[in-house]
Amino acid sequence: MNKLNANIPDGPLSEKWTRYKSEQRLVNPSNKRKLDIIVVGTGLAGASAAASLGEMGFNVKAFCIQDSPRRAHSIAAQGGINAAKNYQNDGDSVMRLFKDTIKGGDYRAREANVYRLAELSNNIIDQCVAQGVPFAREYSGMLANRSFGGAQVSRTFYAKGQTGQQLLLGAYGALSKEINKGTVKMFTRREMMELVVVDGRARGIITRNLVTGKLERHSAHAVIIATGGYGNVFFLSTNAMSSNGSAIWQCYKKGAFFANPCFTQIHPTCIPVHGDYQSKLTLMSESLRNDGRIWVPKDEKTAELLRQGKIKASEIPENERDYYLERRYPAFGNLVPRDVASRAAKERCDAGFGVNNTGRAVFLDFKEAIERLGKDAVESRYGNLFEMYERIVDQNPYDTPMMIYPAVHYTMGGLWVDYELQTTIKGLFAAGEANFSDHGANRLGASALMQGLADGYFVLPYTIQNYLADQIAVSHISTDLQEFADAETKAQRRINMILDVKGEETADSIHKKLGHIMWEKVGMSRDEKGLKEAVAELDDLRRFFWQNIKVPDVDGVNPELEKALRVADFLEMGKLIATDALMREESCGGHFRTEHQTSDGEAMRDDENFRFVAAYEYNNEDEPRLHKEELFFESIELKNRNYKS
Amino acid sequence: MNFTLKIWRQHNADSKGGFETYKVEDIPPEASFLEMLDILNEGIVRKGGDPVAFEHDCREGICGCCGLYINGHPHGGFKGTTTCQLCMRKFKNGETIVVEPWRAKPFPVIKDLMVDRSALDKIIQAGGYVSCHTGGVPDANAVLVSKHDADLAMDAASCIGCGACVAACKNASAMLFVGAKISQLELLPQGRIETEERVKKMVAKMDELGFGNCSDTRACQAVCPKKIKVTNIARMNRNYLWAKLKGKH
Ligand SMILES: Cc1cc2nc3c(=O)[nH]c(=O)nc-3n(C[C@H](O)[C@H](O)[C@H](O)COP(=O)(O)OP(=O)(O)OC[C@H]3O[C@@H](n4cnc5c(N)ncnc54)[C@H](O)[C@@H]3O)c2cc1C
Ligand code: FES
Repeated sequence: MNKLNANIPDGPLSEKWTRYKSEQRLVNPSNKRKLDIIVVGTGLAGASAAASLGEMGFNVKAFCIQDSPRRAHSIAAQGGINAAKNYQNDGDSVMRLFKDTIKGGDYRAREANVYRLAELSNNIIDQCVAQGVPFAREYSGMLANRSFGGAQVSRTFYAKGQTGQQLLLGAYGALSKEINKGTVKMFTRREMMELVVVDGRARGIITRNLVTGKLERHSAHAVIIATGGYGNVFFLSTNAMSSNGSAIWQCYKKGAFFANPCFTQIHPTCIPVHGDYQSKLTLMSESLRNDGRIWVPKDEKTAELLRQGKIKASEIPENERDYYLERRYPAFGNLVPRDVASRAAKERCDAGFGVNNTGRAVFLDFKEAIERLGKDAVESRYGNLFEMYERIVDQNPYDTPMMIYPAVHYTMGGLWVDYELQTTIKGLFAAGEANFSDHGANRLGASALMQGLADGYFVLPYTIQNYLADQIAVSHISTDLQEFADAETKAQRRINMILDVKGEETADSIHKKLGHIMWEKVGMSRDEKGLKEAVAELDDLRRFFWQNIKVPDVDGVNPELEKALRVADFLEMGKLIATDALMREESCGGHFRTEHQTSDGEAMRDDENFRFVAAYEYNNEDEPRLHKEELFFESIELKNRNYKS
Repeated sequence: MNFTLKIWRQHNADSKGGFETYKVEDIPPEASFLEMLDILNEGIVRKGGDPVAFEHDCREGICGCCGLYINGHPHGGFKGTTTCQLCMRKFKNGETIVVEPWRAKPFPVIKDLMVDRSALDKIIQAGGYVSCHTGGVPDANAVLVSKHDADLAMDAASCIGCGACVAACKNASAMLFVGAKISQLELLPQGRIETEERVKKMVAKMDELGFGNCSDTRACQAVCPKKIKVTNIARMNRNYLWAKLKGKH
């Protein structure tokens, strides 16, 4: 039996979603009240789903780690959200957004899902404006747009440099409204520990109350996972500290397939690492590349002097600077996609031209922009970002070029879902960054917010009904079922095992080691040798963890235990990522295998052999079973990405 | 850099807390305040102790989780800066730094430096939103909004809900927090329709939860890491008065 049926509706691409909605089954209002839905995670995807499902009359229970849904990681998104409104009359359309997204993802996403996403993008903007999201406006009173991430049209809507915050607060408002009405019950400071499956269907979760430390059972007719991405497997990333992979990892271990784990996105413009005590990396908005020029010295010796602090960037004359992106990619220059820009920076630093005392940074220079536009114009565009940079680095970007370096930012991989966003476990759905669906091997800027909100506001409310329509006869699920007791016991055992080690190493110190392996060998460029070493090192590190972890055994609040539980899962997940990267013998999007590149260092995709989604089934820790979902491109021609001409 | 830290330790809501003194050494000046606490905690854990509990998540000044009372000021009292954005180079080498949780009746301590700020969520739940539902809304450009109003709304909306305003206020008033939300929605045509109901409900909830009144000392504005202005309180007061007056007729 082929377990991977994406359940794509028939008909032409542009009619699939309309057709789906007209044919899906509905649940009548009196029955909705009898049906319970669990939503794990209340970032953009989870909050929008929980609010919408609550409005429809379902009984919703929503969970998050933070003390309030308003603090989810989505809050940190800066740049903006895409939509195919074509308000700027620059030739945008649903079809164009669809094509850009498929191409940007290097042809590793599913056409039907991506088309639906492009279609729904417009509804999202309407919805958010109605909620009072204060998007940027023109003097005419109309909505403003900017071009983002190298798109040829201006389709990005934004709210200063705080778009994620404003969208999340919009969704949080909608969620608060439903909490007030009683349709949504909110459980904050809870971490999902286990998924409960009864007779092959997802029926509940076990959570740990992060204040009391107690385990709790929650049941429902369906479970939605919207727990975000797993970028923190690299330790240092732009993700929030509590971002984790544990919820999806536990679902994977219960039978949900994990798709494309190796597709991770490295963002080119982050503030460089400065010390080993560092806890996270800060993103500098991609919009900086619109006016900033990226360079390193042409001469290795000059780079060395810079690293030793003997000369300053501003002392290096124009003809001794290598604007390597402009040199390599004349057509797109500094605006090449993220993966291309990131690799190019690494290439220069590896070759010995890196700056900063670490040698792991390149310059992002506004000198030319200040000359061209004036300091005031530059300040009005980027003032808050410059301020943020100065606060962290203690250097003024108006006088001296910024230093940037790539950092882990986003994970395209996640739980495998079909067109309905249902995983391979019946009744278990996944939304937002937690699923793998729409970005293929590389996500375009301003598309994650769009996807999270499309999933939550406009897709799940339909598709969940289609699932629940035949569940109306099932009464509330009892948490006394044996499956709940078993899952709780399992979670408790995991906690006890960690507490019992009583070793000498903290969770952070092991997490750093994990991050080091991942970044060096499973990071921006990968090869067979390094990946095999990584797999072996990860095995060793996992053993090391279980012999050496030290967690204080205190009741109630115990952040060290939270961290250790997450690291234990990351260690296993790291191995799946490396295994997938080893399997995928091609370079595509964020996945670059050095064996598969052209003579001038560009990625070489292999459509003949790898035009598929790799979905892994848990078997045991060491032998995941690979299933392939072949991808079909009917509306778009497969092309090599070309940013040179 | 070396520091002496006097940190408030309290095992849980019911226990009595007190200051404990710690020394941290070799802290890099570029480390953030929270990274300095990470280093402290790493040491405590290795020695078998219970690390200092504090809240944090984004570590870039936007989620509003972090909030420490540092040397008598919320977030340390540096302009436009959250605790997580505070670099240790801002302190003097050898300095003694006093670290406490937010102190306000509506924010009970959970453990050490962690407090329960769910009262802020409850105020929002009482009416801090536009009550439209998903779907069926007009085209985003159907209602024009002046850039001026949209910009002001954005300034008000940039509140991160950290609660520094409440912690700074001698009355533990949440007027800046509530005023910012009322203003954001009042400034936009989409939100204005419900202003009167909204302001009455949110103010009533704020009172019910034990937040105090505003006596116009503006301590809130001075410490707000997002530089939210007290003009938002004035706007709220105007809306409130109007709503009450109208209610009488
Ligand atoms: C710095 C930065 C800037 C970005 N800028 C942009 C941008 O400009 N445009 C764009 O489109 N995208 C951007 N992104 C990406 C985008 O922000 C995220 O992909 C998106 O917000 C993820 O939303 P989400 O709802 O899927 O998950 P999240 O917002 O991560 O929410 C996850 C939720 O799940 C909860 N949770 C997690 N684990 C558990 C568990 N085990 N148990 C219970 N609850 C759990 C959390 O508490 C939280 O509520 C940016 C990302 C970063 C890091
Ligand atoms: S940790 Fe998010 S604002 Fe400080």
